[in-house]
Amino acid sequence: MKANGSVFKYGNNVDTDVIIPARYLNTSDPKELAKHCMEDIDADFVNKVNDGDIIVADKNFGCGSSREHAPLAIKASGVSCVIASTFARIFYRNSINIGLPILECEEAVKKIDNGDKLDIDFKAGVIKNLTKNEVYQAEPFPEFIQGIMAADGLIQYIKNNLNK
Amino acid sequence: MGMTMTQKILAAHAGLDSVKAGQLIQANLDLVLGNDVTTPVAVKEFNKIGVDKVFDKKKVAIVPDHFTPNKDIQSAEQCKFIREFAHEKEVENYFEIGEMGIEHALIPEKGLVVPGDVVIGADSHTCTYGALGAFSTGIGSTDMAAGMAIGQCWFKVPSAIKFVLTGKPQNKWVSGKDIILHIIGMIGVDGALYKSMEFVGDGIQHLSMDDRFSMANMAIEAGGKNGIFPVDEKTLAYVKEHATKPHTVYTADEDAEYDEVYEINLAEIEPTVSFPHLPDNTRKITEVGEVKIDQVVIGSCTNGRIEDMRVAANILAGKKVAKGVRVIVFPATQKIYLQALKEGLIEKFVQAGATFSTPTCGPCLGGHMGILAKGERAIATTNRNFVGRMGHPESEVYLSSPAVAAASALTGKITNPEDIA
Repeated sequence: MKANGSVFKYGNNVDTDVIIPARYLNTSDPKELAKHCMEDIDADFVNKVNDGDIIVADKNFGCGSSREHAPLAIKASGVSCVIASTFARIFYRNSINIGLPILECEEAVKKIDNGDKLDIDFKAGVIKNLTKNEVYQAEPFPEFIQGIMAADGLIQYIKNNLNK
Repeated sequence: MGMTMTQKILAAHAGLDSVKAGQLIQANLDLVLGNDVTTPVAVKEFNKIGVDKVFDKKKVAIVPDHFTPNKDIQSAEQCKFIREFAHEKEVENYFEIGEMGIEHALIPEKGLVVPGDVVIGADSHTCTYGALGAFSTGIGSTDMAAGMAIGQCWFKVPSAIKFVLTGKPQNKWVSGKDIILHIIGMIGVDGALYKSMEFVGDGIQHLSMDDRFSMANMAIEAGGKNGIFPVDEKTLAYVKEHATKPHTVYTADEDAEYDEVYEINLAEIEPTVSFPHLPDNTRKITEVGEVKIDQVVIGSCTNGRIEDMRVAANILAGKKVAKGVRVIVFPATQKIYLQALKEGLIEKFVQAGATFSTPTCGPCLGGHMGILAKGERAIATTNRNFVGRMGHPESEVYLSSPAVAAASALTGKITNPEDIA
C-alpha cells in the first residue's frame, strides 16, 4: 500500500466533533459525511482536498466520540493517510477496522509543514517528504493488525476466518 | 508479575491464566451495545459478514437515544432501520421510546452489566460501567458488528494508571464530577491514552454509585481505555437491587505494575469547572471569575442520575432562574424521570422556570433540544466542551457538576453553590 499527496496540517487534540460535527450524523453515507469533513476547524478543507492528500496532526488525533463516521468522512474525502504523533484509541481502532491507513510518527509531525508533498510506504512505515527531501520512519503495525489491514478491514478478516 | 484489575478480567475472558500489557488478545463479550448513530453503520457491516443471527440475543443491546425522539426524517429513518434489525434478529435488549433512556444510565439500571463483565459499546462513554467493577470500553461500529456476529473482540491489553483516593470530601458541593474534572485537569485529555484508569483507596467509600458512574464515564475524556472501581458493599447493593445475572469480583494483585500512581486527597477537591474547549482546561470554582451564560444544561450520561436531579432541584427550589437564561434539565432514564416526579423534583424545576425534558442525548452532542447560537455560552453537566460541541462553532461550553450548573442558573453567570445557599 502506498500513498502520495499534499499535506493538511493540524495541531493537538483534533476531536471527532470537528472532524464530523454531530449535526450531520443523521446519515451514515460516507459521501454525505465527506461534504462536512473538518468543517468546524477548517471550513476550506473540503474545497481544497484532492484524492491522495494526507492529514498530519500532532497528539491525540480523533479524541472524543466513538463515531466511525469520523474516519469514514476522512476516507471518503479522498485522504489517503493520516499521520499523527499519537491517536486517540477508538479512532485508531476504527481506522484500522475500516481500512483508513494511519501512521504514528512524532518526527514526521515535527518536520512536515502544511502543503508538503509526501510519498508513503505503509508496509515499511517509510514516509518520504518530497518537498524537503527528508525520510522519516514510522512505527510499523503489529502483525495481527497488519493481518486486518491486509484483509481490507475487520469485516473481511472475520469472514476469512469464519470460512476457514 | 501481578495483574491489574482490568488485566485479570481480560485474561479470564480470553481463557488465559495471565496477560501482560501490550499483549493482543481475543476476549469473549458479555454485552455488545450500540445507539441510533452508531448502530446503522454496524448493521450494514454486520450484513456483510454473512451470519444470519447475532451471537446471543440476550447479550446485544440497542438503545436509540441520541437523536430521539426522532429530530428529523433522516433520524427517523436511521431509527427505523435499527428497530427492524433488532426485531428481525430478536435482540432482547432493544429499548424503544417510553422505556428507553440514555444508554449508560439505562444499561446498569436494567442490570445488563455486573462486576467482572467485559462490555463493548459503539459509544465512547461505554467506559461508564467500570463503576461496577466491569471492563467496559467504547469501540466503533465495525467492532460492534463483529462483536454482534462472533461475540468476541480483539484488545491490546492496557497498562494502567493508579489513582489512590484518600480522605473525604470536605466541601459539601463536591461530587464525583468535580473529582474526575480535577483528575482530567491534572493529567490532560491524553493523560491516560490507551491505558486503564484504576481508582482505589479509602476515599472511595465516600463516593456513591452515582458519583462513581460519573467518574468512570469520563475516563475517555483523559484518553483512557477504561476506568474501573473496586467492588465494595455499595457496588454489591447496587447489583442486588438491579441485576439477576451472576457476577464475579476481581481485585488487582498486590504486585501489579502501574505506569504511574497519583494520590488524591478528596478533602482538598473543590467544585471544578472545565473552560472551553477541552475538558482538561479546568479551574476551581473560586478561580472562575465573571463568566456570563445563556443556557444551563443539566443531565446526560455523565450527570442525569437521580442524585444529580436532587442536588439541582434543591438548589433551584423556591427560587427563579435568572431572566434571559434558558435552563434545560433532562433525566437519563424513564425510571429516574418517574423518581423525580414522585419526589416532587420536577415541580421544583418547573416552578423555578426550568424545562424538564424526556431522556435524550440531544443537547449534549449538539443534536437537538438545546442547540447554541453563534457567540452563546452554556454551562453543562455533560462531558465534552469541544469546538462546536453543542452548536455553532463559535459557541462555548463550560463543564461542571449539577450543583454548580444549578447555582449558575439562578445568577446567569458561573456561580459557586456556596454563594447561593
